[in-house]
Amino acid sequence: MAHEFDGPMIRVVDLVTHYGERRILNHVNLEIQAGETMVILGGSGTGKSTLLRHMIRLERPTSGHIYLKNHDVCCMPEERFNLLRRKIGMLFQSAALFNSMTIEDNVALPLRELTQLEESTIRIMTRIKLDLVGLSGVEKYMPSELSGGMKKRAGLARALAMDPEILLFDEPSAGLDPITAAGIDSLILKLKQAFRITVVVVTHEMSSAFTIADRITVMHNGEVIAVGTPAEIRASDHPHVRQFLTRTPDDERKDAQAYLRSLTQSNY
Amino acid sequence: MTGVLAFIGRQTLGLLRYASGLYDLTAKTAYWTFVAPFKGRGLKWGSAVHQMVLAGFNALPIVSLISFSVGLVLAFQGAYQLEKFGAGYFVAALVGVSMTRELGPLITAIVVAGRSGSSFAAEIGTMKVSEEIDALEAMGLNSVKYLVVPKYLAMLLMMPCLTLISDLSGILGGTVFGIYQLDQTFSMYVMATRDALVMRDISTGLVKSLVFGVIITKVGCYEGFAVSGGAEGVGRSTTSSVVVSIFLVILADLLFTALFYYTN
Repeated sequence: MAHEFDGPMIRVVDLVTHYGERRILNHVNLEIQAGETMVILGGSGTGKSTLLRHMIRLERPTSGHIYLKNHDVCCMPEERFNLLRRKIGMLFQSAALFNSMTIEDNVALPLRELTQLEESTIRIMTRIKLDLVGLSGVEKYMPSELSGGMKKRAGLARALAMDPEILLFDEPSAGLDPITAAGIDSLILKLKQAFRITVVVVTHEMSSAFTIADRITVMHNGEVIAVGTPAEIRASDHPHVRQFLTRTPDDERKDAQAYLRSLTQSNY
Repeated sequence: MTGVLAFIGRQTLGLLRYASGLYDLTAKTAYWTFVAPFKGRGLKWGSAVHQMVLAGFNALPIVSLISFSVGLVLAFQGAYQLEKFGAGYFVAALVGVSMTRELGPLITAIVVAGRSGSSFAAEIGTMKVSEEIDALEAMGLNSVKYLVVPKYLAMLLMMPCLTLISDLSGILGGTVFGIYQLDQTFSMYVMATRDALVMRDISTGLVKSLVFGVIITKVGCYEGFAVSGGAEGVGRSTTSSVVVSIFLVILADLLFTALFYYTN
């Protein structure tokens, strides 16, 4: 997969997904160019994390396709997709470090399992990745001994272990204090400048989105309602985008009659 | 009426889904254990040995203690009847045959289901909840290969070993009764046991133990992967892994005992 290719790094075409009967994603179309940082912005339950999970095939769509470098993710045989996955790093919301292993072993795991490198080389590479995220000296710690922000950094070091071309972040600032969250943001910016990585970040933090994004996608109820540069998004007059930007709550109880009906009616 | 039918239908569908999930996991595990290594995909021997220590070696004291007690109980109960006919000598045969054919494998399976089956479910379930399974998959590492196969290998090797230990401890329990109650010597009791046992008694027990091992691993791991909804889900899956695997072990026991009875 070393050959150069044209066109978008990630292309989502008409993606529809259901959890049981509930439709999570509704005909989502999206293109992410190589080297750009795309932030997917939206409230809770709008399907943005689900979209991200589809990109690395942790979920299967009901219909539609996702192309990574023109390879159809949805129909690829497991073996070939696993080769592609090596070039994708993902930082999970809870960092998802293996709790039974030290931080060093966590970061080294993909190198040990997926490459034929010498153990001494792996150790050096692990140190480099941990340095890169600002975590030196914690190699021998267990994940439970680290703070939330440090776990996120360690998770990022593991995601970077295989020198990925695509980095996916699921809510990188969730559960972190503003200072630590800003630290993660600046780390993402640093990585983006140092390597030419395509970055996809799912978040609901607007300040973080506007700091790191090249382009922003706003999602609402499983649909993409706006795509554009941060400036374009700020200038958007889409009602839901405006609502998101101005932090206006949803109108609760629009219709008193309808509310009363919903109380007296049984739904089953 | 339709409510009842709907209930039956839903339960049946649920059962079928469970069975097909279990089948799917079994097929994948078999592939990663017996086929993939010969295609150069490797096996996690290190963690298999680790699992052998956890599931096999560490279970030794409790398995042998329980089997010893059951052997002793069996001798008491057997003697209670047999001595009426002056047939106390046959206590050794009773204990030997029932331990090797039936109770050795069954006790081992029940202890292992409680110790290891539940811990498989809890371990995998916790990893599922904390997104660790997703992280493995996202790296392109197969979760069955990394998590299930080592446990499966460990159980395939350890269940027969534990069963043999259980057989021996049970017989030892009978021996203690024989020596103190029936005034036999150690060698007399052992000889009586040896006369009563045939190779087939032991081998059918070992075949059963393999099947039980497979059931316990599969149910434990499947329940782990099926966890949803946080810590409470892990608890629920752990409980049901023990209940379901003991139920299936006893069903399989019935099936195999009948099979061995008719093919004798």
